[in-house]
Amino acid sequence: MTRRVLLGVGITLTVAVSLFPFLWFVITSLKTQRQVEAVPPTWLPTGGVHFYRSALVDYQLTDYILNSVVVAGSTTFLALLIGIPAAYALARLRLPGKGWILGGLLGISMFPQIAIAGPVWRILDQLGGLNTRWGLLLPYVTLTLPLVIWILASFFRELPGELEEAARVDGCSTWQTMTRVMLPLATPGIFTAGILTFIYAWNEFFFALLILTQPDKQTLPVGIALFQGEFTMPWGELAAASVLATLPLVILVLLFQRWIVSGLSAGAVKG
Amino acid sequence: MADLVLHTISKSFGNVMVLDDISLRVPDGGFTILLGPSGCGKSTLLRIIAGLETQTAGEVLIDGEPVGHRSPKDRDIAMVFQTYALYPHLTVRENMAFGLKMRKEPRQLIEARIQEAAELLGLAELLGRKPKELSGGQRQRVAMGRAIVRKPKLFLFDEPLSNLDARLRTSMRVELKKLHERLGATMIYVTHDQVEAMTLGDTIVVLDRGKIRQVGSPARIYNEPSDPFVAGFIGSPPMNLLEGQLRRQGGSWCFQAGSLSLPVPAIKGPMPIEQVSRTVLGIRPEDILLAPPSLHAITVQADVEVVEDLGADQILHVMAADARLVVRVPQGQFVKLDGRVTMYFPQNRLHLFVDDRRADWA
Repeated sequence: MTRRVLLGVGITLTVAVSLFPFLWFVITSLKTQRQVEAVPPTWLPTGGVHFYRSALVDYQLTDYILNSVVVAGSTTFLALLIGIPAAYALARLRLPGKGWILGGLLGISMFPQIAIAGPVWRILDQLGGLNTRWGLLLPYVTLTLPLVIWILASFFRELPGELEEAARVDGCSTWQTMTRVMLPLATPGIFTAGILTFIYAWNEFFFALLILTQPDKQTLPVGIALFQGEFTMPWGELAAASVLATLPLVILVLLFQRWIVSGLSAGAVKG
Repeated sequence: MADLVLHTISKSFGNVMVLDDISLRVPDGGFTILLGPSGCGKSTLLRIIAGLETQTAGEVLIDGEPVGHRSPKDRDIAMVFQTYALYPHLTVRENMAFGLKMRKEPRQLIEARIQEAAELLGLAELLGRKPKELSGGQRQRVAMGRAIVRKPKLFLFDEPLSNLDARLRTSMRVELKKLHERLGATMIYVTHDQVEAMTLGDTIVVLDRGKIRQVGSPARIYNEPSDPFVAGFIGSPPMNLLEGQLRRQGGSWCFQAGSLSLPVPAIKGPMPIEQVSRTVLGIRPEDILLAPPSLHAITVQADVEVVEDLGADQILHVMAADARLVVRVPQGQFVKLDGRVTMYFPQNRLHLFVDDRRADWA
């Protein structure tokens, strides 16, 4: 009984601490300019949505959103396109040095971004990829692939081998076995990997700031960071923009919640 | 419909020899059982026939054609797996259609085959369901349906009933037997369950540690086991096997196991007693009688230690001199615990193995 009470208190505290900043942003975004600056702060905003209008229209937030959708969407698509066959091969085929390849991938994901920033910039400069979306996709896909491959490989590994053998007896080639039988069964894993990739690309700030210097190409995190004017900090617009930037992720995760949960706990229970 | 020939098949995984020089002919339309304890290599042999494993040496021939290096899809075989291996994301209908679709068969033919198989297996009501909505027995049926619709040259079964409960297993066994009679197809069936082997097969191949120990009809395997391993593996409770020596006593022969001495008939051919390293005498628990038979029998006195009542039968655990024996008698032949019984071993039911090989009585 006390265990359950403690657990309940713990969960409530954790959720409250995690959600508080977001809640504060929502409140701030709905304030009037006067309420934003008021000390002590007010908890009940009465400003309506004027900061949202201002963020979207005056600060061209719509352009940033569009850029982010394109970049995050393409990153997810490419990472899955490359990651799915790679993970299948690493999980299921008899390959020499599988362990080394998986270890190497893990190593790639551990590079500190700042350490590769210089080389990445030089390479993109040579290739003409600075200030282009595909130039940003290159490091994004590279850095998300290890995660995608690891999630999917562990997923493919959990699927019963007899299914694959049944498919082979039924007349499938290796490629058909993957696409017709294993892929549909790995859907939870694909959703999990896809959403994590999308969230990474959506939130990524460092490379976006480094590679995209023209305002019309910039993504949401960079755009919002550059909101600040010369003399003032537009707190209300910042809050509204942050809420708008977070909302798509919240909706996405809620939509696919069931898939993600079963994806993250894959292997724990056999379906 | 096809015949299968295995020619000197060997398989090793690293340094471990799993199959050692297996040669076997499976006749067209036969129901052949690969039987043996776990680890004997029977499943590996089936997987080599299927093409899921490649033999280290030897060749697999289907209808005289060497297929040992073809992939499973080019061997025209169908396989039913122990775990059924139904595609969880497809309905029963789609599961059965899958193999035909992969082979680009026309739609009408696929539908006709599915209807045929569904009727044969009683699956007509379930065609729209997913595997997770089916019971174990129903899944088993779908797995068989998936094999049947293909009309393959060979049906391969890998312990297909071992995941079912005892009652379902019995009824599925009967259905499988009927199915084989209706389809007249060549079937190869792996099991470690001797009851399944005896009831289903027309030929049983007994395997142990990668080698074939005996090939024969169920009756032959039961009545004339070729070595002590087969003798002890088939039958429940297992055959009583006594290790001892053959001795000459005056003009007759006698089998001596510890302090138990049994007069036995002479055996065919010369008997180099001195060089014999191992002699085993066997008698099945159900062949031991408590009433004197009309045929010639050996009389043995024994003390009853434990009586197990199985309903139709009683299993007696007895001590004859220092030999422990198991006897199976029909219910009603009254036996008192801690009593002394007189047992009769009919001479024609005694099995003698010299150097692990069956010896025939003269």
